[in-house]
Amino acid sequence: MALSTSSAITLNINGEKHTLPVDHRTTLLDALRERLDLTGTKKGCDQGQCGACTVLVDGRRAVSCLQLAVASEGREITTIEGVAQGEQLHPVQQAFLDLDGYQCGYCTPGQVCSAIAVIEEHAAGWPSAATTDVRPEAGVPELSAEEIRERMSGNLCRCGAYVSIVQAVAQAAASNTEDTEAAA
Amino acid sequence: MTARTTTTTSPAPANAAGASYTRVEGRDKVTGAARYAGEIPYADLAHGWLVLSTIARGRILSVESDPVREMPGVLAVLHHGNAPRVDSDYVGMLGKPDPIVEVFQHDRIPFVGWPVALVVAETSEQAREAAEALVVRYEEETHDVAFSSAHPGTYTPDGDGMLIEKGDLEAELAASTHVVDHEYTTPEEHHGSMEPHAAMARWDSGRLEIVDSNQGSGWVADELAKLFSLDPDSVRVRSEHVGGAFGSKGVRVHQILAVMAATQLDRPVRVVITRRQLFSLTGYRSPTAQRVRLGADADGRLRAVDHQAHSLTSTVHEFVETSAGFGRPMYASDAHRSVNRVVRLDVPTPTFMRAPGEAPGSFALESALDELAEKCGMDPIALRARNEPDVGPVSGLPFASRNLLAAYREGARRFGWADRDPRPGVRREGRWLLGTGTASATFPVIVAPSTAAVTAEADGTFTVRVNAADVGTGARTALTLIAAEALEVPRERVHVRIGDSDFGPAAISGGSMGTRSWGWAVRVAVTELREQLALGGDIPPQGITVRSDTSAAVGALAQKERHSFGAQFAEVGVDVATGEVRVRRMLGIFAAGKIVNPLTARSQFVGGMTWGLSMALHEEAHRDQATGGHVGADFAGYHFAANADVPVIEADWVEDTDADDPVGIKGIGEIGIVGAAAAIANAVWHATGVRHRNLPIRPDRVLSAGGALDA
Amino acid sequence: MREFGYERASDVPGALALLGAAPDARVLGGGTNLVDLMKTGVERPGLLVDVRELPLDRIEVTDDGGLRIGATVTNSDLAVDPEVRRRYPALAEAVLAGASGQLRNMATVGGNLLQRTRCGYFADLSKPCNKREPGSGCPAVTGEHHNHAILGATEHCVAVHPSDMGVALAAFDAVVSYETAEGTGELPLADFYLAVGSTPHLETALPSGALITAITLPPAPVAARSRYRKVRERASYAFAIGSIAAALDVRDGVVHEVRLAFGAVASRPWRAWAAERALTGGPATAEAFAAAADAELAAAQTLPDNGYKVTLMRNLVVALLTELTEEASR
Repeated sequence: MALSTSSAITLNINGEKHTLPVDHRTTLLDALRERLDLTGTKKGCDQGQCGACTVLVDGRRAVSCLQLAVASEGREITTIEGVAQGEQLHPVQQAFLDLDGYQCGYCTPGQVCSAIAVIEEHAAGWPSAATTDVRPEAGVPELSAEEIRERMSGNLCRCGAYVSIVQAVAQAAASNTEDTEAAA
Repeated sequence: MTARTTTTTSPAPANAAGASYTRVEGRDKVTGAARYAGEIPYADLAHGWLVLSTIARGRILSVESDPVREMPGVLAVLHHGNAPRVDSDYVGMLGKPDPIVEVFQHDRIPFVGWPVALVVAETSEQAREAAEALVVRYEEETHDVAFSSAHPGTYTPDGDGMLIEKGDLEAELAASTHVVDHEYTTPEEHHGSMEPHAAMARWDSGRLEIVDSNQGSGWVADELAKLFSLDPDSVRVRSEHVGGAFGSKGVRVHQILAVMAATQLDRPVRVVITRRQLFSLTGYRSPTAQRVRLGADADGRLRAVDHQAHSLTSTVHEFVETSAGFGRPMYASDAHRSVNRVVRLDVPTPTFMRAPGEAPGSFALESALDELAEKCGMDPIALRARNEPDVGPVSGLPFASRNLLAAYREGARRFGWADRDPRPGVRREGRWLLGTGTASATFPVIVAPSTAAVTAEADGTFTVRVNAADVGTGARTALTLIAAEALEVPRERVHVRIGDSDFGPAAISGGSMGTRSWGWAVRVAVTELREQLALGGDIPPQGITVRSDTSAAVGALAQKERHSFGAQFAEVGVDVATGEVRVRRMLGIFAAGKIVNPLTARSQFVGGMTWGLSMALHEEAHRDQATGGHVGADFAGYHFAANADVPVIEADWVEDTDADDPVGIKGIGEIGIVGAAAAIANAVWHATGVRHRNLPIRPDRVLSAGGALDA
Repeated sequence: MREFGYERASDVPGALALLGAAPDARVLGGGTNLVDLMKTGVERPGLLVDVRELPLDRIEVTDDGGLRIGATVTNSDLAVDPEVRRRYPALAEAVLAGASGQLRNMATVGGNLLQRTRCGYFADLSKPCNKREPGSGCPAVTGEHHNHAILGATEHCVAVHPSDMGVALAAFDAVVSYETAEGTGELPLADFYLAVGSTPHLETALPSGALITAITLPPAPVAARSRYRKVRERASYAFAIGSIAAALDVRDGVVHEVRLAFGAVASRPWRAWAAERALTGGPATAEAFAAAADAELAAAQTLPDNGYKVTLMRNLVVALLTELTEEASR
């Protein structure tokens, strides 16, 4: 059976549809960077070992280096370029900027995308490896520094900006809570 | 359009250097708009993929490129049989180049991971598959990659600072009441910048243009011109955003191969080194084995300091990790010997990595001092204070400024050191044994001649052009603040452009010298510009530009011991049942000259301390003795600290001025790592009563060593 | 990476037909291990059959009070599921201890069982490896092996299975359901992984062309009081150097029921049957826990650099069972 090794696909990225032919070998990461000029998503290891390529797929964070582009069709993908509301930075972005939650900036888009998901996962009641008691009756843990550290551990930062990254995520999470409470 | 300058008459701005400012490129970094070297699109761009040797020593018999050239999309297969010749017989900024620049010039293989071919194809997927399919045949010779201080091939290199001796070492050791004599080891460590090395090369109107990720675009441009025998003016290297460097981003094969391929194919070619390939192609920190002997009187006064540091280098180039240099400015002693020795093995050439020498050297000496404090029954800080020198212990030169003890005083106060029970192995919290430790840090203050151009623009803004590199240090922001302060204008009116070899010679981002060197040149240019502007008159449309060159001023600096200093503190928890070590808090107090931008400076210090934590507990590359190559050359096999490993780390600084210094900025990129691993190792001893003299302090090592309360 | 075909299956028969038609086809779940191995050249499939849209993504309480977990349930969905967290907390903890948030969102339960070892020799085509290339040798035995197996290994292969989830599943008697073109089948996890012997490249008893459809956990009241502890060389985002899933039911100071499984010590999640036998009916004391661990670890065969794992696992057994005993008495 002669198999086709490429496909024409439509990717839904940041609310825009992009139709393009892809070699099946092309990862979502390479499709973003090499084909769609969305270079905000970074390639740090290309092996799922650093988190620099983190994007949101159907609202959940994922490493785009291990996600094939062809397998991404039909999914809603949000990259760092789709996080801000126009000129208005996302609270996570603003917190990283204000608190110097980065140095070289290369892991930053992945950190930001991951942090956005961390805040949502926590709000949805997800436990983590830092959660003392995962049983549902124990309730949702506070998003403490320890919880943030564990939840953000899939994003390596070689410059060593973790201390301010944790502060930035906490600040953004707090503003998120305030907004929710204000809306309620 | 012309505008009248108001510079000299505007009120002093409130935003002089010293207050905290977020990074000028920060918005670009958090939105993904900042483009790094491998991210700038070019029409007709071709992609190069490297093929590396799988043997550690021998020669290439054949590169069987014919079948690969037939593969889809393949444009070229470059190797030693067909690559353009380069001239590597030159002296560059750092001396003779690492012979890895002689890429594809001969058939010799000096280590696993030596480049043997570059496959260039229309897409990266095609290049990758073709590179993986390429068959290379070798004639293999036996190799030696086994490093130890007892290796018979060990020698003391020629050159400055390899061996320093003072006094009668053996006599002073014999006369000492307390002697510490141990070997400390650190493993092979890698820079691991998050952004892999990447370069695009193309010919544009007779000029060679390279978009790169490096620590000095002028440096790279100069060496590429020499290698390819080009007029220096015909080579332009740009490097606007750099995703971490730490010493690894100089002249490397990716730039050379991109130039070769772009020249041969006459189209733009990008070469990106993969994460695995980086482990053999971009340098690393040599493993070290360091024997330290300290001899002291009963009251802790040092009679003898002996630091014998061993490291390795490749068979093709001599690079020495100068760990023994760490102690030379640190402590007074009657006798002193510090020697750096090296052995040549069939491995890649090591290179500078954040605090080269000082990072491993401080682990050994500052651990040994902690052991000496224990033997003397003294507080570790008191021991250091007792041996505080008046002048350089080896050089006899005066210190430009030395505020080590001030840093200790402030650190001890904030860390709560006075309440510390010195006994080891007596504190427990749940499954964790707790302990605290301290250690000293130092790093030399270096400066290199630089040029800068400052333009008063017709619209009232100022443009600074200096070939600086911002590898995450915050240099771009610091230079903006330095220029704004010198100009006495709000920083919003200053635009700093960096990372372009066309801007003229400048220091590299390395040796913690960048901001000091570039800032000096910027200030000199601003001073002269203000003199010109003070004469009055209109600013023409092209602006008024003043260029500076600090060569003469740098050369005229008085000879002094110029160093930054610091005091590191750490608290750890150790579970001796599982071997896990967790750092619970760290504090570093530094005396590091004038701090330009506290926000980014703190990030630099804390980043360095995080490296120290990572060095203490995690980092270690594994070399397979049988094949001579790495095992697990990736971020799952080479661990550096993840977020969960890093607790609250605080960094701060004490006043540290040198009235004679024209800039006052000392440099802060490296000192944060120095002493940090020793402080943690000393804390592990305090927690468990067991000394760990081999890094990293892995769970298996803790388990095997046990602990005072192991029962 | 060689070129390959890609098909997205919408139902199980369709997936099986695709798998049956191409002998070099591989099932693509989250891709977190397979795509990586394709990049390194260890895996070179001709066809990927994407199963993530199959209707196998549900977690259901079975009639007898156990759980049936669909094969394409992601690790994240497994760990957050209230029934998993209530009935088998060690399973949720094990999943949460693995990889990262990103990878757990992608990885599937079926793929987790089938993931390959992270031995550095296995992943590196320039080096020999019996698991990757039968007969080429195992350099880890004399080389880098400080995180290699101490139980059930042979001179042919000393690699460890990297799964955390699998360790908890082993403790709770999980059963793997699969389908082939011929019909359905089941394999208890205890029989799912093959002994290393001289054929380390043969890893599971799954028939060729089979698709894992679900994992069933039989009811286990003891599991409601269970924990997972993982030791690794950094605090997160790293594979285990030793881990343990434990469940304990102590009544009047006597071990009524106990479940123990070890991770990162063998080519498969290691059920500590000998330790369980030694403990059951005996006193719930630290001495008894240590003796039980010793009973399990008596068969350990260590290499020069991995002997610490014997101490580590012994200490983990004592620590975790002591913790569970103390919790029960509260």
